[in-house]
Amino acid sequence: MTAELEHYDYDVLIVGAGGAGLRAAIAAREAGLRTAIICKSLFGKAHTVMAEGGIAASMGNVNSNDSWQVHFRDTMRGGKFLNSWRMAELHAKEAPERVWELETYGALFDRTPDGRISQRNFGGHEYPRLAHVGDRTGLELIRTMQQKIVSLQQDDERESGDPESRLKVFAEVTITDLLQDAGGAIAGAFGYWRESGRFVRFNAPAVVLATGGIGKSFKVTSNSWEYTGDGHALALRAGSTLVNMEFIQFHPTGMVWPPSVKGILVTESVRGDGGVLKNSEGRRFMFDYVPDVFRGQYAQTEEEGDRWYTDPDNNKRPPELLPRDEVARAINSEVKAGRGSPHGGVFLDIASRRTPEEILKKLPSMHHQFKELADVDITKEPMEVGPTCHYVMGGVEVDPDTAAAARVPGLFAAGEVSGGMHGSNRLGGNSLSDLLVFGARAGRGAAAYVQSLGGERPSVDQAVIDAAAATALAPFEEDGGENPYTLHQEMQQAMNDLVGIIRTAEEIERALAKLEELKARAHHLTVEGHRQFNPGWHLALDLRNMLAVSECVARAALLRQESRGGHTRDDYPTMDPHWRGRNLICSLDGDAVSVVEQPMPAMREDLLALFDGAELAKYLTPAELAAMPGPAAPATAPTATSTAAPTDGSGA
Amino acid sequence: MSYDARFRVWRGDADGGELVEYTVEVNEGEVVLDIIHRLQATRSGDLAVRWNCKAGKCGSCSAEINGRPSLLCMTRMSTFSETETITVTPLRAFPVIRDLVTDVSFNYAKARQIPAFAPPDLAPGEYRMQQVDVERSQEFRKCIECFLCQDTCHVVRDHEDNKEAFAGPRFLIRAAELDMHPLDARDDRADFAREEQGIGMCNITKCCTEVCPEHIKITDNAIIPMKERVAGRRYDPLVWLGTKIGLRKD
Ligand SMILES: Cc1cc2nc3c(=O)[nH]c(=O)nc-3n(C[C@H](O)[C@H](O)[C@H](O)COP(=O)(O)OP(=O)(O)OC[C@H]3O[C@@H](n4cnc5c(N)ncnc54)[C@H](O)[C@@H]3O)c2cc1C
Ligand code: SF4
Ligand code: SF4
Ligand code: FES
Repeated sequence: MTAELEHYDYDVLIVGAGGAGLRAAIAAREAGLRTAIICKSLFGKAHTVMAEGGIAASMGNVNSNDSWQVHFRDTMRGGKFLNSWRMAELHAKEAPERVWELETYGALFDRTPDGRISQRNFGGHEYPRLAHVGDRTGLELIRTMQQKIVSLQQDDERESGDPESRLKVFAEVTITDLLQDAGGAIAGAFGYWRESGRFVRFNAPAVVLATGGIGKSFKVTSNSWEYTGDGHALALRAGSTLVNMEFIQFHPTGMVWPPSVKGILVTESVRGDGGVLKNSEGRRFMFDYVPDVFRGQYAQTEEEGDRWYTDPDNNKRPPELLPRDEVARAINSEVKAGRGSPHGGVFLDIASRRTPEEILKKLPSMHHQFKELADVDITKEPMEVGPTCHYVMGGVEVDPDTAAAARVPGLFAAGEVSGGMHGSNRLGGNSLSDLLVFGARAGRGAAAYVQSLGGERPSVDQAVIDAAAATALAPFEEDGGENPYTLHQEMQQAMNDLVGIIRTAEEIERALAKLEELKARAHHLTVEGHRQFNPGWHLALDLRNMLAVSECVARAALLRQESRGGHTRDDYPTMDPHWRGRNLICSLDGDAVSVVEQPMPAMREDLLALFDGAELAKYLTPAELAAMPGPAAPATAPTATSTAAPTDGSGA
Repeated sequence: MSYDARFRVWRGDADGGELVEYTVEVNEGEVVLDIIHRLQATRSGDLAVRWNCKAGKCGSCSAEINGRPSLLCMTRMSTFSETETITVTPLRAFPVIRDLVTDVSFNYAKARQIPAFAPPDLAPGEYRMQQVDVERSQEFRKCIECFLCQDTCHVVRDHEDNKEAFAGPRFLIRAAELDMHPLDARDDRADFAREEQGIGMCNITKCCTEVCPEHIKITDNAIIPMKERVAGRRYDPLVWLGTKIGLRKD
């Protein structure tokens, strides 16, 4: 079988064609390396196309007070100080360049009156900061880089006659295993063409993982089928580590009805533009859920909240605009208390608050989405919404500067599959900028690594490849095994119910028991048909990734005995400074996940100086504060405020 | 309310195939893609279909429903009567790979033939454009590359031998988009559309505009202005506006 195996030689393999993968590919190719992009879907369809709100970058086009320091500070607050500060720093510094660069590739962002890139307000960002194209920013990002790649191929065609001589896209190929030499260095990757089921082997000394997230392990999610945590699992199996896996962002407002669209995102702009949340008794329940730390920052009466929309300087914002995790928890409690909407959500009402004309002008795509998919006219009726699994903060542990993955030479990771950048919670708009900044860094990091090898290529033992092929074919070997769809549904249900928005030790332990059971059952799957474009087979192979990643989420969630950002423990309901300085690191041994604590490096002095002492005192332990050089300096960045405290991202 | 619907789904591959009948449960609020997924999960685990976003944003799930090029994820079951038999077939203009999945590589090949955006001589960050000017191209950049317009265009669909010479509506709007880009440094986009993309073969039937899920006015706002452009002259917004607001309405 292996003799006829299709194979290719490259310098750098990029697994994933979303924002991070495409930017990495451009960087690797521009460094002169032969680069392959591999993706599960058609070229240009990656999950990034779904992003709506925008790309965060402190260009200062709308408010010139903005700067990388302010962006950095907002990002750290959003992540509740658990972020890798070095990543947050690089991200804030480089995002503007990366956005401007897109214009040189042909991107057309919305404009300010003086012709610059327009920037919009978003939750947790102190100034208008998100570059955007209406509510289809992700599509613009993908298409722009897709077209840039085509233009690089055109350059190559002019030079060599072959457009694919240095940059080729392998669309609808799924990578199932990374290939390593005896010492563990990356030597390539193994996968199959979805179309034909034929195996394909790529030889390359560097692999950049840019595979996105893990949402498909949960029943209710805004994520697509691609989000099966493949990159997370590939890194684990290769011997690398994952960080922050307990932190999952549940967006408070996903559609809940009809069932077929359950989980699809309802942008936070609905609330930003005046929409309010009500329970079955018609009560604006968010007023009952303002936690103490936010007490002074949010309106206490409906009247004040309503005045904020037109006069934000003299009124406090309504509690519907609390951080994402707060709103999601509140909705959850209302539903549990029996005050939910008919289909298990709550009501999001803009119809009674704004005129149909205003709604149509500000929220055209939401109007369209509800009209087409739910037969609900949001200018006339309230929407039903509930929390939906949206984003995983956790991911491959990487070196901030080069995006090199921990412990595996030649492995790199960027985008949602990498961890650290967003800490315990991501701000809206900070993902798209993350893709660009760290995509480019990963591409360059991989190129530098390959060049440092000086022509030396790690090689793979034939047995490794045979084993990869055998694993992939296993679901066809067994008769009378289980249907992969059944297992998938049981896993999604368990993760949703037991490791969802609100967690307790007892529930997480039940989830872990269920995952153990599913892991055993997953050894006996049967798929019908043959290898040609067979979704049942594909799911059977994705399952082992989802199971490994889900176990990381559950084990890390069990260990972290506090509540912070995207991790809420009912049995440890507060944020604990002693947990702030600790990361949980997941690794794999055979098929057993282990999790250990790892202290975080202390933040650099000049970065610490961006915060005032009172704010730091909320996050750091007394010992950490005492160890700080001198008294904590007041913030030096322009118009520093500490009232913006931790707020989450919005919209998307 | 649930009911059982009758479906006929084309199953087969490049060597041929047939319509297979299914009676399958339909629940309130579902779209055709949900039914296809139910068939996958309960009846035919190997039924091949492409999809990603399930929200009309990625353009993966294109197929023909009762002969009409459509997105499976945006076609609601409530648009059919409960007694109607619903027929789902792959895009007709492209070779079948398996079941509802077709080989759309034609489109990627055409994309590669269009000269890329030619950046102006400005440093990054120095680009200045007015919103009204970028909006013309932005309309075309809404394209989700579902290729429904390519599938429906009779020039592509009915004459295999045209495929060589004709780029199809999707790529005519790409040419128009670059032509109307305020800072694109090339001025030969219309010539290219005429000489290399076969824009002359389009006889303005507007079928492409009708199926576009993004409601892009492919013919009125891209093809007609491009056909009328005088070779070599820069794009004239006033003339364009004239064609848009009245002169060309039918
Ligand atoms: C509805 C929605 C709206 C959002 N809006 C915003 C927003 O406004 N602003 C913002 O900053 N963020 C937003 N986000 C988050 C953001 O879109 C994602 O985090 C980001 O796009 C992830 O990009 P990526 O490059 O990491 O991965 P993706 O774009 O998901 O790409 C992953 C790629 O990896 C490939 N792949 C995966 N596994 C394999 C494998 N085994 N073999 C081969 N290829 C593989 C896939 O095919 C795909 O090409 C939103 C998310 C959602 C769901
Ligand atoms: S208007 Fe032109 S491009 Fe559009 S479908 Fe008709 S012939 Fe094809
Ligand atoms: S122009 Fe419209 S129909 Fe054609 S590919 Fe784009 S979105 Fe689809
Ligand atoms: S699945 Fe994305 S458009 Fe239908």
